[in-house]
Amino acid sequence: MSDRGAVDSLLQRAAPGRAEFEDLVIVPLFAVAVALILGALTMLATGVDMATIGRSYVALLQGSVGSLGALSETLTAAVPLVLAALGLALGFRTGLFNIGAEGQLLMGGLAAVIFGFSFPGLPFPVLMPLCLLAGALTGALYAAIAGYLRAATGAHEVISTIMLNLISYRLLDWMLSLDWVQREGRSDPVSRSVPPNAELPRLLDWLDPNLRVHAGIFLMLLAVWAVHWLLFRSKLGFEFRASGANPDAARYAGIRASLVIVLAMALAGALAGLAGANQVLGVLGRATPGFSAGIGFDAIAVALLGRSHPVGVLFAGLLFGALEAGGRQMQVDAGVSIDLIGIIQALIIVFIAAPLLVRAIFPWGFRRRDKGGAR
Amino acid sequence: MDVELRGITKRFGPVIANEAVDLVAKGGEVLGLLGENGAGKSTLMNVLCGLYRPDEGEIVIDGRTVAFAGPGDAIAAGIGMVHQHFMLVPVFTVAENVVLGVEPVAALNRLDLAAARAKVREIGETYGLTVDPDARIEDLPVGVQQRVEILKVLFRSARVLIFDEPTAVLTPQEVEEFFQIVRALRDDGKAIIFITHKLMEILEIADRVSVLRAGRIVGGGDPGAMSRAELAEIMVGRPVRFEVERTAFTPGAPRLEVAGLTVLHDTGEVAVDGVSLTVHAGEVLGIAGVQGNGQTALIEAITGLRPAVTGRILFDGQDITDASPRARHAMGMAHIPEDRQRMGLVTDFTVAENMVLDSYYSDRFSNGPAMDWRAVNRWAAEAAEAFDVRTPTVFAQAGHLSGGNQQKLIVARELMRDTKLVIAAQPTRGLDVGSIEYIHARLMAARAEGDGVLIMSSELDEILSLADRIVVMFKGRIVAEFDASAAPPDKAAVGLAMAGAAP
Repeated sequence: MSDRGAVDSLLQRAAPGRAEFEDLVIVPLFAVAVALILGALTMLATGVDMATIGRSYVALLQGSVGSLGALSETLTAAVPLVLAALGLALGFRTGLFNIGAEGQLLMGGLAAVIFGFSFPGLPFPVLMPLCLLAGALTGALYAAIAGYLRAATGAHEVISTIMLNLISYRLLDWMLSLDWVQREGRSDPVSRSVPPNAELPRLLDWLDPNLRVHAGIFLMLLAVWAVHWLLFRSKLGFEFRASGANPDAARYAGIRASLVIVLAMALAGALAGLAGANQVLGVLGRATPGFSAGIGFDAIAVALLGRSHPVGVLFAGLLFGALEAGGRQMQVDAGVSIDLIGIIQALIIVFIAAPLLVRAIFPWGFRRRDKGGAR
Repeated sequence: MDVELRGITKRFGPVIANEAVDLVAKGGEVLGLLGENGAGKSTLMNVLCGLYRPDEGEIVIDGRTVAFAGPGDAIAAGIGMVHQHFMLVPVFTVAENVVLGVEPVAALNRLDLAAARAKVREIGETYGLTVDPDARIEDLPVGVQQRVEILKVLFRSARVLIFDEPTAVLTPQEVEEFFQIVRALRDDGKAIIFITHKLMEILEIADRVSVLRAGRIVGGGDPGAMSRAELAEIMVGRPVRFEVERTAFTPGAPRLEVAGLTVLHDTGEVAVDGVSLTVHAGEVLGIAGVQGNGQTALIEAITGLRPAVTGRILFDGQDITDASPRARHAMGMAHIPEDRQRMGLVTDFTVAENMVLDSYYSDRFSNGPAMDWRAVNRWAAEAAEAFDVRTPTVFAQAGHLSGGNQQKLIVARELMRDTKLVIAAQPTRGLDVGSIEYIHARLMAARAEGDGVLIMSSELDEILSLADRIVVMFKGRIVAEFDASAAPPDKAAVGLAMAGAAP
């Protein structure tokens, strides 16, 4: 048989290269730095004075990581972003550009609320997980519609998920006006409340009742692990990744494309639905029109920033959570519009998406990379 | 016009693509530039065409040193390149394609197509490049499209013509016609640079040859004074065996039986029209034919990637007409697909992942729903070692391997298990002599072990050297069959059948 030594040498793993480290760590760091600088310039351009700009960035830091309360807010904001972004990352890896996390999140959250107030008598260890499950299943089913349309008719998922988002807004509005969903005695569209034994328990309210961080962070960490396992350790993940990287080769390898598409969409929807359930069970306590607050769209940015890698998504989600929590503080302390945070987030994405631009701005941050492509 | 490259060195980072290359192309002469894939031929020609700037060295035209800032300068200097992949607009006419970018205009900036037509006719008559200026490109056979490419560079007044692997897409008859055109151009005083890795073509057409290996000129001279074996040894750097070693032909029971198979293109047109064929155990059946005559669809139908409209496919006597690709694979069918980058590999995946691309689900490589990466990696390393796939580790990206090693990876994946039937489509297209030699030997080993082997190739020499029996496909049908078990059939007769002439 073959030579042992030669076989063993083929199994040596190379240490991760400097280029990888640069792409994964240095580029994002620089992107954040540049985005903050450009954010300051934007403030200058709109007539904000230097002192206020300084105060606002101090507030941004304090409001995101400056205190226990700030950390709690950062984590609370990060959980649904990470959950939904994990689903999107799964789709990206499978070659599906799912824009529908927002709708899947709304449907999942609504289902979790309805399940919760419909069975208020069930004990906490049964009701809370079942509510989460209801959210995940509903999100999965809702996303699977787009997956099925793609697999059966070739309808592109970008279009169909955008349409499903629009449908979900109106569906939510209508559901919230139904007698058995709407809160008694209210004329505005507000759902009945989630019973206490369906809520995700707060973790630190014994320290301070204002600390909102809740058990959803465990859900988030579990989901990061599960998606990582699925993508890189399981047979299904191999099929997903092969289909995403080269659909023709996947077909050649006997992988059933239609099944993979529907499954990947459903799993993405389940994670978005879980994000929605997490919001209503852990933060909001009820469903209102547009309770998703754009998390499903921000999650697209988080998934891209995290390079569709579960661990990357976790860090990207924490960053976006921090920006959101810090941004609120910035508005309070310095009176700077929260829209600035949107601008900074957008700039970060631009620079992450264009690593060559970052390399060009900060040539001294990187080892010189050789041009040209000949092998 | 004479063109001289002096001491050209071109680096891409640490990779040296060309090192101190000296090359002379003289007017009225065909220079053959011979080298394996990756030897640096294309880089060198891109330097000459103004696409790359050399790091060292100079280009001298008629004794004058020139510097090209871009392709425009090279064209203006009279250098024209006929690319391997044609750059034509399919829905435009010949004349429109020829003038594209340098359109003659009449008053008010109106496109003067009449002038273009006349010029195309005139150039065509001078060199025997007869093409109807008003024909649409998409209606023309590949050989004629190539003439249009040549017309394009001549229209731009090129006096140095570079042909990059020009015969890859032609039938044997078209190659003959093409060579006549090349000779006409040479006799008119043009300098011709003919890039190829095919030795026979150099021996036939070149007046002088330069051999490039690993970026350097390693030899050359008058091909009339050199044998094929000598040239090959210079090109590869070691002696090469041309004759495929074959054991006695002892066909067994039918492995694959195809009866009355009709298959459609995606567009709904008939691609395969009532084809019947049989491959026996221990037999190599070669499917010859010019590309685009239904061979691809036939292979896809046999491997389960394209549905059969009518007809039946039997594998070891079992009806597999409606079986999935995976079921066929599990029964012992190996498929080396035509397009390794598009279908055979996931180039972003590692070598190890690609080694199990179509068997990852088996118990050997998985535990329940989880992959057993340890088993995958070990097996992949053994397969890479056994099939001479040159890769630093099995964790390297498959896309980073050379073409020959990518193809060996696929061959390893498909043949490193118990197979009964091997379907190989264009198994050595674009590969260097060493890899071709290796892959041919592996295919013959499969035959010796009693596999049925079906080889589809547009390379007639490949079919002739491997097959025990040859069928020729033309316009979706099998138009001729030749017995090659005792001696190879007449190449001209096979070539005629490929061109559609009834035998």
